[in-house]
Amino acid sequence: MSDIMVDIQHLSFSRGKNLIYDDMSMQVRRGKVTAIMGPSGIGKTTLLKLIGGQLKPSQGHILFDGQDIPALSRADLYQARKKMSMLFQSGALFTEMSVFDNVAFPIREHTRLSESLINIIVLMKLESVGLRGARDLMPAELSGGMARRAALARAIALDPELIMYDEPFAGQDPISMGVIVRLIKELNNALGLTSIVVSHDVTEVMSIADYVYLVAEKKVIGHGTPEQLRQDKSALVQQFLLGEADGAVPFHYKAAAYEDELMEPRR
Amino acid sequence: MITEKLQNLGRSTIDNLAGFGRSGVMLFGALVGKPNFRKGWPLLVKQLYVIGVLSLLIILVSGLFIGMVLALQGYTVLVKFGAEGMLGPLVALSLLRELGPVVTALLFAGRAGSALTAEIGLMKATEQLSGMEMMAVDPLRRIIAPRFWAGVISMPLLAMVFTAVGILGGHLIGVNWLGVDGGSYWSTMQANVDLYQDVVNGLIKSVVFAVIVIWIALHKGFDAVPTSEGISRATTQTVVTASLTVLGFDFILTALMFGG
Ligand SMILES: Nc1ncnc2c1ncn2[C@@H]1O[C@H](COP(=O)(O)OP(=O)(O)OP(=O)(O)O)[C@@H](O)[C@H]1O
Ligand SMILES: [Mg+2]
Repeated sequence: MSDIMVDIQHLSFSRGKNLIYDDMSMQVRRGKVTAIMGPSGIGKTTLLKLIGGQLKPSQGHILFDGQDIPALSRADLYQARKKMSMLFQSGALFTEMSVFDNVAFPIREHTRLSESLINIIVLMKLESVGLRGARDLMPAELSGGMARRAALARAIALDPELIMYDEPFAGQDPISMGVIVRLIKELNNALGLTSIVVSHDVTEVMSIADYVYLVAEKKVIGHGTPEQLRQDKSALVQQFLLGEADGAVPFHYKAAAYEDELMEPRR
Repeated sequence: MITEKLQNLGRSTIDNLAGFGRSGVMLFGALVGKPNFRKGWPLLVKQLYVIGVLSLLIILVSGLFIGMVLALQGYTVLVKFGAEGMLGPLVALSLLRELGPVVTALLFAGRAGSALTAEIGLMKATEQLSGMEMMAVDPLRRIIAPRFWAGVISMPLLAMVFTAVGILGGHLIGVNWLGVDGGSYWSTMQANVDLYQDVVNGLIKSVVFAVIVIWIALHKGFDAVPTSEGISRATTQTVVTASLTVLGFDFILTALMFGG
């Protein structure tokens, strides 16, 4: 069993004409929390979908546990997905099921456990995200932050080997934020899972990550342990960590010069 | 100018064919593979309820009214030739061969087809389908297949109900109101309706229409642009495309079954 869970090698991917990754490589170590940070719209969600095999790269390899995800057959891909799990940015709860049934869904699909056992597992998962009392609510009755936590409970329902969290902290109050930060860390340490956390919340991420990748401009612009990154001399890295609007990383989506567009409003 | 038009025509034909091919693969993917009765059965029952049972009311009401109108219109013509005794076969044959399958399919496209497209489009827009895929559950098997089978099972049944209620509606108007002899309404019907030629052919039609309507509805939902505008467009397209396709196929099937 190799030490590396996800190995991305020379990945290139584009959406239509829009090149999103250009020859990018990164490694996720087994049993560690790896964070991916980067400006909005840079393709972090896209990267998670590439790892999950929902999108195919135009070039490069994505090795998950030694298997090249883009090259897998459909059946093998579904088999590989049983070992991973993803918390979607939107939550992606099934709207026609209650919170309880949402969390029970993957268990019912992939195991033949009895309902009483499923009941225990689901309640434990809901308890860990603080939503045991909300088990009978429908997703439409949850707030955005609660929906995210319910989705988190569903993502960890089957104790996967790899969990990908897409913006787990967005929309959480300081208390549930703290709970989720601790939960991610605990799951990782206690169960030995591998975690990939995508987030903008620099402080939270730096506090739990074992290793951080900073992604911008179609590739990795800096990586290392949080400590190493703080010491990094690169202007790009420092700008992102300190949150300055315009520095080496452009805050604006690429556009024509501002003055030109204002002077010539219609084109 | 003309070459440009031809080019556009060619391109849209190719796009349509590509869409057709994609949906063919999709449908195929949903239907092959070993069925799982333990998990599949409850899903199918739920969809039979949503797609079939909930469409029952509109089918009952429409069937009744179409039958009554048929009797009223038929009577005014037949009575001129003193042939009002043939009202029974007129109503029954029109419903069995044409109106039952066709009108049911049109109503079904509006009632159940549009709802299916919107439901699946929304599931796509809210990443529920992606989420399912990431949980290693195939949305084609889990979402598409039960809806497809529920539609194919329930629509012919709905068409039968439509026809039966229509015949009763014809009786209500023809016999109870206009005074056609009740015995001859039923006996001429029995003498003139052929089990194979009329009943079975009508059933075949409605099975074909069911496949068409459900297939289009599921495909449009699955292929919808995942935005509110995209979903509303897909819903409209389902009703329009499914209705026109049903009418086109009705002509072809009628020519094949009753033309010779
Ligand atoms: N379905 C799509 N079709 C075309 N382009 C897309 C699609 N989804 C995303 N993109 C483009 O891909 C790029 C990356 O999107 P992505 O969602 O991966 O960003 P992100 O890094 O997750 O951003 P955020 O932090 O805001 O969630 C964006 O520039 C976006 O315009
Ligand atoms: Mg994102």
